[in-house]
Amino acid sequence: MAKVVFNIWRTNPSGGEFRAYETDITEGMVVLDAVHQIQAEHANDLAVRWNCKAGKCGSCSAEINGHPKLMCMTRMSDMPEGKPVSIQPMKAFPVIKDLVTDVSVNYRVKKSIKKFKPRSPDAPDGTWRMAQVDIDRVQEFRKCIECFLCQDVCHVLREHALHDKFAGPRHMVYNAALEMHPLDIEDRTGDLKNAHGIGFCNITKCCTTVCPENIHITDNAIIPLKERVADKFYDPLMKLFRIFSK
Amino acid sequence: MFYGYLDRLEDILMASYETYHHDVLVIGSGGAGLRAAIEASVAGVSVAVICRSLLGKAHTVMAEGGVAAALANVDDRDSWKVHFTDTMRGGQYLNNWRMAELHAKEAPDRVRELEAWGAVFDRTDDGKILQRNFGGHKYPRLAHVGDRTGLELIRTLQDYAIHQKIDVYQEHTIVSLLKEGEKVVGAFGYDREKGLFKVFHAKAVIMATGGMGKIYKISSNSGDCTGGGISLAYHAGAELIDMEFVQFHPTGMVWPPSVRGLLITEGVRGEGGVLRNKQGRRFMFDDIPELYKGQTSTDEEEGWRYTQGDKNAKRPPELLTRDHVARCITREIKEGRGSPHGGVYLDIAWIKEKISNASEHIKRKLPSMYHQFKELAGVDITKEPMEVGPTTHYIMGGVRVDADTQMTTVPGLFAAGECAAGLHGANRLGGNSLSDLLVFGKRAGEHAAVYAKGTKAGSVDDKQLEEIATWVLSPFERESTPTAENPFQVQSDLQEEMQKLVGIVRVESELNEAIEKIKAFRERAGHAACGGNRGFNPGWHTAIELKHMVTVAEAIALAARERKESRGGHFREDYPGKSEVFAKINVSIQKDAAGNMVVKQVPKLKIREDLQQIIDEMK
Amino acid sequence: MSGFGNTSRNDIWWVRPLLVFLGLSSFIVYATWAALQGEHYAIGPYLSPFYSPEIFGSSPHSWFGPKPSWWPMVLPFSPAMLILWAPGGMRFTCYYYRGAYYKSFWADPPACAVSEPRKTYLGENSFPLIMQNIHRYFLYLAVIFVFFLAHDAWKAMWFADPLTGEQTFGVGVGTLVLTLNATLLGGYTFGCHSFRHLIGGFKDRLSKSPVQRKLYNCASCLNRRHMNWAWFSLFGVMFADLYVRLCSMGIWTDWRIF
Repeated sequence: MAKVVFNIWRTNPSGGEFRAYETDITEGMVVLDAVHQIQAEHANDLAVRWNCKAGKCGSCSAEINGHPKLMCMTRMSDMPEGKPVSIQPMKAFPVIKDLVTDVSVNYRVKKSIKKFKPRSPDAPDGTWRMAQVDIDRVQEFRKCIECFLCQDVCHVLREHALHDKFAGPRHMVYNAALEMHPLDIEDRTGDLKNAHGIGFCNITKCCTTVCPENIHITDNAIIPLKERVADKFYDPLMKLFRIFSK
Repeated sequence: MFYGYLDRLEDILMASYETYHHDVLVIGSGGAGLRAAIEASVAGVSVAVICRSLLGKAHTVMAEGGVAAALANVDDRDSWKVHFTDTMRGGQYLNNWRMAELHAKEAPDRVRELEAWGAVFDRTDDGKILQRNFGGHKYPRLAHVGDRTGLELIRTLQDYAIHQKIDVYQEHTIVSLLKEGEKVVGAFGYDREKGLFKVFHAKAVIMATGGMGKIYKISSNSGDCTGGGISLAYHAGAELIDMEFVQFHPTGMVWPPSVRGLLITEGVRGEGGVLRNKQGRRFMFDDIPELYKGQTSTDEEEGWRYTQGDKNAKRPPELLTRDHVARCITREIKEGRGSPHGGVYLDIAWIKEKISNASEHIKRKLPSMYHQFKELAGVDITKEPMEVGPTTHYIMGGVRVDADTQMTTVPGLFAAGECAAGLHGANRLGGNSLSDLLVFGKRAGEHAAVYAKGTKAGSVDDKQLEEIATWVLSPFERESTPTAENPFQVQSDLQEEMQKLVGIVRVESELNEAIEKIKAFRERAGHAACGGNRGFNPGWHTAIELKHMVTVAEAIALAARERKESRGGHFREDYPGKSEVFAKINVSIQKDAAGNMVVKQVPKLKIREDLQQIIDEMK
Repeated sequence: MSGFGNTSRNDIWWVRPLLVFLGLSSFIVYATWAALQGEHYAIGPYLSPFYSPEIFGSSPHSWFGPKPSWWPMVLPFSPAMLILWAPGGMRFTCYYYRGAYYKSFWADPPACAVSEPRKTYLGENSFPLIMQNIHRYFLYLAVIFVFFLAHDAWKAMWFADPLTGEQTFGVGVGTLVLTLNATLLGGYTFGCHSFRHLIGGFKDRLSKSPVQRKLYNCASCLNRRHMNWAWFSLFGVMFADLYVRLCSMGIWTDWRIF
């Protein structure tokens, strides 16, 4: 058992400040355990969003020592020893209170993405046939737990606040899951280029590095979508090919 | 800025509220709630969903193994009749037979429907939905996506629902249902962000609030599972049944302490994982119950072949029903054959003796299990066994509902999913909860819409609202009183006691003690106090929640004392056998006029002749 | 919480971008210098990859003979300048390098979760960076180059007898260097994101086309280590030039293995 100091961001009427709390750390504890302990012992009103505490719901996103992470999946044993641990809310979203941020923009953006539209069923009983090899790619994207850490770390949103021009990594993954779905027949490339601003991504891969589900956001979702957009809008040869193959 | 105590208090105690009107109000945004909301919106009524957390974060995301439906894609001998029989047998015939029938018949359509909405289930070689083996299911029946089926299900419903006409209230908590006479006509709540009061008027209300795992110390449940919906319905006058039946999942993590209880999917055993004690013995072979003797293998090799899809092999005893496996594990631990941290070993790594690319296979089939152990316990499950022990997982009991319409005993109030009771009887089979959500979520939505169309909006008198508002704000006023209790402390003590006294093995004396203690907890909950203000204040939220947790705890303890036998999820050390008398009754709980909790034995519904025949044929 | 370099990260986040900056800078400096030399780029059967294919030039590898008479006097001439823009363009527009140099040369962002020096941001959404979408055309050229360089490696296995002029099969260290170079460049080029897309990634149902599926899987496999291929091939090509150059200058002697 060791005592560790946590510098936790607390909002106040004039904005906010880091406040130091000390608590006991026992074997196997994660950062969220420490926050709960502090909440129970010192600060009943310390606001933190959490549900499953198992890395599955994606609620407890925050920045631990400056790294966007899930608090429930960050083990205390991975923290540098003897140093205080800083915990602050995600920077890319407005703070509601303490560690809780307003992530509603993500729900709005998602709603603006054209919904799943399947081709007509393959079998008379109204079902479809899909090969596992064709859905492997989509299943990777569907692992997303919507923790929005990728949105948080993406500098287009974090630094430049272009939430209304760029949908962000999470929604690129969502788009990819729909666009590459073997049953889907909707075309989202136009939206990707314009409304969802895929061109704003400059592929610096921060989203991939923070993803707790290890989704290869940049390589498997964003870049293939950029290529699909290029097929349609930036490739004169493809355009010719399309005209003649019609 | 000067902001004195009294100013703050005045600010906090402002009891004004915003008012909303909907035809159907769905409380809860997990699988059942979303499915209900979708169905109600299809019927053309105005629908609102209350999410306690953010949309898509409900406990449903944690479901791992799969959704049970007799699609017969993998084994064509499967049919609704087999599924029905399995469910009834698993529930020790205390199930509401009509629910079990509807469930078995409708689950396949509900699953196919998800595919049409974009869900991507794992596939068979011929491109259909793949199904896996699970405890208590005779044939491979669980449609799944690796071990994250719940996430797939909730995301599919969520993404479909946002394009329907549904108003979603995120991070809102309902603290009481509103009544006009006997009818439920709405709900009273607050938003977490600012703590502002909201009054939702509705012609029909659907409870879809899930379970109560968090009233126990060791639980696989999400933080939201505090039994709120069951308690809300109870306080609104609804009858609860089967509350003694709590499912302890046999395999939860036991180490490190901070993740104690976290679920390890039954899929591990479905893929060939075996249970061993510290002597290395597969102790599950030592005790195979009579009811399952015919379909359980006594040979390790045959058990392995079963998990690998051999249709002629019988299942290994690790895949017996959860109640039984959990009790066997408890026995091993109690008798000193457990692992160092008080569990037993669950080993999937051994399959490397059987298949060449075992490590890859495990990571592919059980990715989140691999991840969970690697990240949280530092254990590589492809190389070492896991330490596991029972964890509070599910409540079979809950609000009593009509099988066809999901209406509770209170007009205008419906319930679906885990907070409703009936389908699972004394014990739930793995995979039957996700199908439960879909089948009865849909039915609840459909019938609530019908009900709403045929009824006039009610009205709520201000006195009722004022009473609730005063109660909700009372924790702030108690902040500086000498009896003030820390809500987190009360919660934690309650969890501790429930774990100790109303856990997996029960006995009259301990249940009596529990009931006494719960009374004291009710007292303490009444003193729970909080500081700060109404904006996103977990101390306040917990203080209010305690009432619900205590209510549900009391119901479980009372029902457990009432059932003097052992059956399914309910095991009494003092009555270890099954009783003919209790085989015919359900334990019912209701609030009387004086506000006391009343326990009754009610005769179980008489099963329809043709269904009894099906059960007899398949014995 | 803003201002260039501001962050709550307490690790040494600037090391990685700095290494990328140093790595890429040293390559650019060396490659520019080497390309402008116009000599010492071939010896025996070996031809420096910076100078291949040699369209005009003075070595025996040249396709169309020496520097053409129409070449403007004011411009310096080097056979490398005729071709180097193509692989250069490939790398400049490569998805991996883009991400890398936006960070280390342009601090956009300097590192993940670290503040940037400027407020405005256009990304690749408008001119000039929208031109990065041309990547696939450079890819087409790069694929051709891989074949040229593979051919060079093949030619590097045939040594002429100084007396008879007869060609005999052999392997020198230079042969290995050029073969390795071609392999690394192949690994880099065929793991390119655009290649992966064009070879099959554009399709949602690859199960219907087994050959394409295989190719796509191969490309995906290479793509997973695209960054490593990018760096190894970068230094590989630099070393191949250096090797040929030093041998040609007589500083190193090529060792004939058999």
